[in-house]
Amino acid sequence: MAEQQVHMRLWRGNANGGEFRDYRIAVGEGMVVLDVVHAIQAAQANDLAVRWNCKAGKCGSCSAEVNGKPRLMCMTRMNTFQPGETITIAPMRTFPIIRDLVTDVSFNFQKAKEIPAFKPKPKEADGTRRMFQEDIDRVQEFHKCIECFLCQNVCHVIRDHADNKPAFAGPRFFVRLASLEMHPLDSNDRMKLIQQKAGLGYCNITKCCTEVCPEHIHITDNAIIPLKERVVDRYYDPMARLFGLFSAKSK
Amino acid sequence: MAQEKYETHEYDVIVIGAGGAGLRAAVEASAQGAKTALVCKSLLGKAHTVMAEGGIAAAMGNVYPEDNWKVHFRDTMRGGKLLNNWRMAQIHAQEAPDRVLELEEWGALFDRTKEGLILQRDFGGHRYARLAHVGDRTGLEMIRTLQQHAVHKGIDVYMECNLQRLLTDGGKIAGAFGYWRESGKFILFKCKAVVLATGGGGKAWKVTSNSWEYTGDGVTMAADAGADLMDMEFMQFHPTGMVWPPSVRGILVTEGVRGDGGTLKNAKGERFMFNYIPEFFKAETAETEKEADAWYEDKQNRRTPDLLPRDEVARAINSEVKAGRGTPHGGVFLDIASRRDADYIKRRLPSMYHQFKELADVDITKDAMEVGPTCHYAMGGVRVDADTTAATVPGLFAAGEVAAGLHGANRLGGNSLSDLLVFGRRAGLYAAEYAKAFQGSLSVNSDQISACARALLAPFESKGSENPYTIHADLQECMQNLVGIIRVESELKQALETIERLKERTKNVKVEGNMQYNPGWHLALDLHSLLTFSEAATLAAIERKESRGGHTRDDYPNTDARFAKVNIVVRQKNGAMTLSQEPLPEMPDELKSLLEEKK
Repeated sequence: MAEQQVHMRLWRGNANGGEFRDYRIAVGEGMVVLDVVHAIQAAQANDLAVRWNCKAGKCGSCSAEVNGKPRLMCMTRMNTFQPGETITIAPMRTFPIIRDLVTDVSFNFQKAKEIPAFKPKPKEADGTRRMFQEDIDRVQEFHKCIECFLCQNVCHVIRDHADNKPAFAGPRFFVRLASLEMHPLDSNDRMKLIQQKAGLGYCNITKCCTEVCPEHIHITDNAIIPLKERVVDRYYDPMARLFGLFSAKSK
Repeated sequence: MAQEKYETHEYDVIVIGAGGAGLRAAVEASAQGAKTALVCKSLLGKAHTVMAEGGIAAAMGNVYPEDNWKVHFRDTMRGGKLLNNWRMAQIHAQEAPDRVLELEEWGALFDRTKEGLILQRDFGGHRYARLAHVGDRTGLEMIRTLQQHAVHKGIDVYMECNLQRLLTDGGKIAGAFGYWRESGKFILFKCKAVVLATGGGGKAWKVTSNSWEYTGDGVTMAADAGADLMDMEFMQFHPTGMVWPPSVRGILVTEGVRGDGGTLKNAKGERFMFNYIPEFFKAETAETEKEADAWYEDKQNRRTPDLLPRDEVARAINSEVKAGRGTPHGGVFLDIASRRDADYIKRRLPSMYHQFKELADVDITKDAMEVGPTCHYAMGGVRVDADTTAATVPGLFAAGEVAAGLHGANRLGGNSLSDLLVFGRRAGLYAAEYAKAFQGSLSVNSDQISACARALLAPFESKGSENPYTIHADLQECMQNLVGIIRVESELKQALETIERLKERTKNVKVEGNMQYNPGWHLALDLHSLLTFSEAATLAAIERKESRGGHTRDDYPNTDARFAKVNIVVRQKNGAMTLSQEPLPEMPDELKSLLEEKK
């Protein structure tokens, strides 16, 4: 593929407003969207605001909406577009704009604070912690999360209804809650939070989050649905409620 | 734009940098009762640690019970060509297992042995399988565990906040000054102690595995405050980084590709490593392709030269490319496709398969990879006390890649993550102790603050027209070509001249736009630290007239006994850098005997 010109439309502006601006720039072989954004920044718009760190799909910093699709810019190859296709890059819509492609994602850091911490059980008699690989596989899937917040961005509970934000943790934190609830060593109880403050009931399992996850975590099937089942077992199963009267709290 | 307003915060300890070392330091300082702030340039959880793959080296003995700290100490010292600070290497080897187990207490889930304990894997230079790991994403597990632990401990975190200068009072640390990236507004911290955990400066090189954050900030702030730097000549260039396409240039390709049967070839298809077997390794290295290939199946044969030590392989690749036998994109070929079947490759190297497929459109089960050396890790940095991590300025501490000493002339894989935990904890501990014991009062000097504020604003008021991105690119070109894997005095001196010219040009940098989240402005300010780091690295490289570890001199190709017992120390006085050769601390006899033991 020889070097060719592309037409990029990048959103420029801040909380007070903005617009899409047009840039034309040469694209070399193998480039990803983030490379093109950097090339524009270096040559045509030194002050173009964009977040990035590792540029290898490991840190989850460069999330944006590329031609309307929530993506990591560093993992979106330019040759996945049609020749001549205009490529439009917008900031994530669910979060307030700071500047250009950078959004205020502090919502997520606030939600992280509200989750009760990991609390390990006592050690084994020999002072070790024994866990078996087959018992941690499902939690290790959740630990793959790179906190790109694309799942939060695409979730219509908060994307279309910002007023739900105080009452809804979002898919990223359902994954986090599931990872704690299913951790073989954890002894904390978060079921009330999951049912009430985290707003699990708002999710009607449309799987939008799962579709955009760059780590291919089965957010809906492996995290959200099992959490919903646990909530049902705890709060709505009449037999469990009856037993609950007589037995000590269990996870 | 004469803005001199700023917000002020007061703490006992501030930790700058929120990778593994900074997070661990903040957790410890806070646990010791010090009022602690964690200040980082990116969002929390995005620091360079997140990219680490292989694992955390710790002699836990879960796979090989005969492993212990003494063997780990020995491996680390020999890997560092005995230039390591022996006490740091000892502490590191002794404490790493506890630091790994502590992560488990905080929720980390490492891969397990059949007995349910933490699994450990083999790595270069380590005698036993020693690396605690989570697949090939160990850094992510480590940073997330520490991040969540720190958040639950209620530590104040200042994200996307870039500190630029340390403030001193009577030669002691009194605070730090910088700006919020989001708003551009200035921020002052008054504190008794600062922990630097800012990582290295690999972004001064063009082909690098390092992220944008690696601009040498910590080294520069320390030098500007009068602290000693040490071992700045030692940069680790990993022999196999991706070279094409540009989007992934420098990203690491694991040594495991060669371990599993991959071989290096030049553009003519020749397995050139057979032409680069040094005398020192001749007796143990295969001389023919047949013998080398047989080694994989039968260790009675001698080892393939593709698996010579990293500096040898990097040097060989460099020579092939310089001789015009490189690939179209300036690397060599790493071929496993023609040597192993597709299922084997996908099973053994899943992340390499994925990385090349997604980013390079290369199916490594069908085609060769293009690879070349990539700037990877700074062994040198701020000179610290081995036990306390104290720098030579009172109140200043440093841990992780920004600190010098543990790794000597060359770092072993896996020893970085353990370094972050062991010395991050110690930095937090001793910074808190220093702050608690501090008597008297500190004041921040308003002249220092004004000078700093003026420097931060200068790029907006400049009459010049230099583009900061162009200067950065020119510096990367200079360091890549003149202070790279192979150095020679004439080129190093040429690099110094170029750095001087770039310093002059930096005075004429002009940024457009305003102070709100302006990457052009941020880069303009980072040029100071990139240039300081580069100058110190180049000066030290001129001074060490020998080849050792991560420092290879074409004009002095051998190790030299005169340099075997000294560190090169760099100091900055009145804006000029001076050099001195200072003796290594004397190692106790009982540790010396560990080095001599065959097993």
